[in-house]
Amino acid sequence: MSETDARPGYFGRFGGQFVPEALSGAITQLEEAWRDAEADPTFGLELDRLRSQYGGRPTPLYLAERLSEEAGLEVHLKREDLAHTGSHKLNNVVGQALLTTRMGKPRVIAETGAGQHGVATATAAALFGLECVVYMGAEDCRRQRLNVVRMQLLGAEVVPVESGTRTLKDAINEAMRDWVTNVDSTHYLIGSAMGPHPFPLIVRELQKVISVESKAQFAAQAGGLPDAVIACVGGGSNAIGSFAEFIDEPDVQLVGVEAAGEGIGTGRTAATITEGREAVLHGARSIALVDEDGQVKHAHSISAGLDYPGVGPEHAMLADSGRGRYVAATDREAIQGFRRLSELEGIIPALEPSHAIGWLLAHGRDELDAGATVILTVSGRGDKDVDEVVKVMTELGIAGDLGNEVVDADPREDPESDA
Amino acid sequence: MSAVTDAFTRARDEGRAALVIYLPAGFPDMETSRACLEAAADSGADVLEVGFPFSDPMMDGPIIQAASQQALDHGYGVADDLDMCRSLTGEVDVPALVMTYVTIPDTRGFARFADEAAGAGLAGAILPDLPAGESDPWVREARRTGLDTVFLASSVSTDDRIDRIAEVSTGFVYAVGLMGVTGVKDVASDDSRTLVERIRSRTSTPVAVGLGVKTRQQAAEVASFADGVIVGSAVVQAASDGEPAGAAHRVADLVRELRAGVGSR
Repeated sequence: MSETDARPGYFGRFGGQFVPEALSGAITQLEEAWRDAEADPTFGLELDRLRSQYGGRPTPLYLAERLSEEAGLEVHLKREDLAHTGSHKLNNVVGQALLTTRMGKPRVIAETGAGQHGVATATAAALFGLECVVYMGAEDCRRQRLNVVRMQLLGAEVVPVESGTRTLKDAINEAMRDWVTNVDSTHYLIGSAMGPHPFPLIVRELQKVISVESKAQFAAQAGGLPDAVIACVGGGSNAIGSFAEFIDEPDVQLVGVEAAGEGIGTGRTAATITEGREAVLHGARSIALVDEDGQVKHAHSISAGLDYPGVGPEHAMLADSGRGRYVAATDREAIQGFRRLSELEGIIPALEPSHAIGWLLAHGRDELDAGATVILTVSGRGDKDVDEVVKVMTELGIAGDLGNEVVDADPREDPESDA
Repeated sequence: MSAVTDAFTRARDEGRAALVIYLPAGFPDMETSRACLEAAADSGADVLEVGFPFSDPMMDGPIIQAASQQALDHGYGVADDLDMCRSLTGEVDVPALVMTYVTIPDTRGFARFADEAAGAGLAGAILPDLPAGESDPWVREARRTGLDTVFLASSVSTDDRIDRIAEVSTGFVYAVGLMGVTGVKDVASDDSRTLVERIRSRTSTPVAVGLGVKTRQQAAEVASFADGVIVGSAVVQAASDGEPAGAAHRVADLVRELRAGVGSR
């Protein structure tokens, strides 16, 4: 466990439970439900059964030879994009939905940025017969329309959040308000390794399956341990799951890639660890993008899933101790990662892991030893992002012919067709 | 004894509950917010709570969210809020506490914030997302600077937690009168009464009930079992229901009504 010498619920000096007193009962109930579940073999068995038979685990570890050649490294991709619902989010959601039923609650609520966690939650709610409400920033509803429809198809109610910056942080605020109002009937199914204790711990333990699998797969396929594990970091759930089994392997470098947006120093980034300071946000002491008064700044990223001014407390501790290394990739680097993985490997990644790929291609050669072995987590698939990527590339003037072949095909333009 | 406790004692000696009025700094603008707070004090409020707007008010409903956002959109910062408080506390003869989210004093530094608040003549602070169990670093600085520390208790709080809340609360204990955010639902009287009794059995510090108290009738009902009645969203709503020039007048009218309510138990 990483919450070592600190008080319970803390990772070093990060974490804690900074929530209104009215939530104290729900949080204690969740701690107890988690403790009971961990001690109950039937919980683990049911989780394993759902992960394999319903969720499609284990996901493959794939040696990406053409990407490796371009990067000058040996890159193994952990294919969370192939899991059911198209991202790593289901790992967490199935576990927390099981906890919800153990607590006897009929309703789950969730926040979502890119919509992947919302879709996963709606999926689990359908599977377990739970009522489901997903809060999503109005701006994100626009950017990720496909996922809004998916959630609705799965029977969830999607509530667009118009307050604040109309993105992920405001969706979390709104979910917290719902939770404090309906706490008797409702579990807040937090989607990342953030929020008040015990959420960062529970989400880490549920996402740990990523590195449990990848560590064994790497040993079997390549032998030994990788030199580095790389994952994108927004709140940090896929990254903490990708790191977890390697934290106690000092020879394995852990690299978290945040979203630099338009660039470090431009004031338009979501690179919380790189540019933020220690602060309390959404129930935990961690690192956040706040001004000197403590007002939370607007984050910016092309990726709705990384567009968040905070980060989970365990990442803050790993950054603080130096065990983890946190870097950032710009919107442009992410687009480059998105395109190159599609072209080189036939894998269209979500914009979130495109940051990790983009960083690897732009900086991996300089920052890692030549020929180093790397596990990079492709946390989700990119179908949802296609429209947004074309839009942004067009704005940047780098779209080229992308998207063009499907327009300007109006037959009335052709005089022959009038005959 | 603290000025806040004194205010509760005076109210008790007059045979009524104390009236605590919340208004955010900088809404609808800084000068008007000061005028509204003064009007509240002049019209019968025993204690003032001055909200320092925060970008992510996760305990607040739409009314206070919108007011906070408007204040922040003006560009006011904590220094401006403190300046207004300094000028306010020099004028009114009732104690004023700052109410804000813990991120603000924590990021500014608890020691610095405590010095600044005390320097602005504030009598204490309420930080609703700082539970008693996480409060040691703040309470230390508040004691050093003579600020009262008001903590929230809820009907879901265990006895152990209420013991801890009672232990670190000075001025009064803030009993949350419903499950929810500010300004949406109505106070749950039976739950509140039970909670007040649980807190009273553990401390002699006065207990005030807030969240969901909007009308004279509700104020009267809560005043029948609590030492104080806290009203926030309804007062903010009154301030925003019309031209800013008339805001202080509208606040005064409502506060007089509420004061009649807490006096008629």
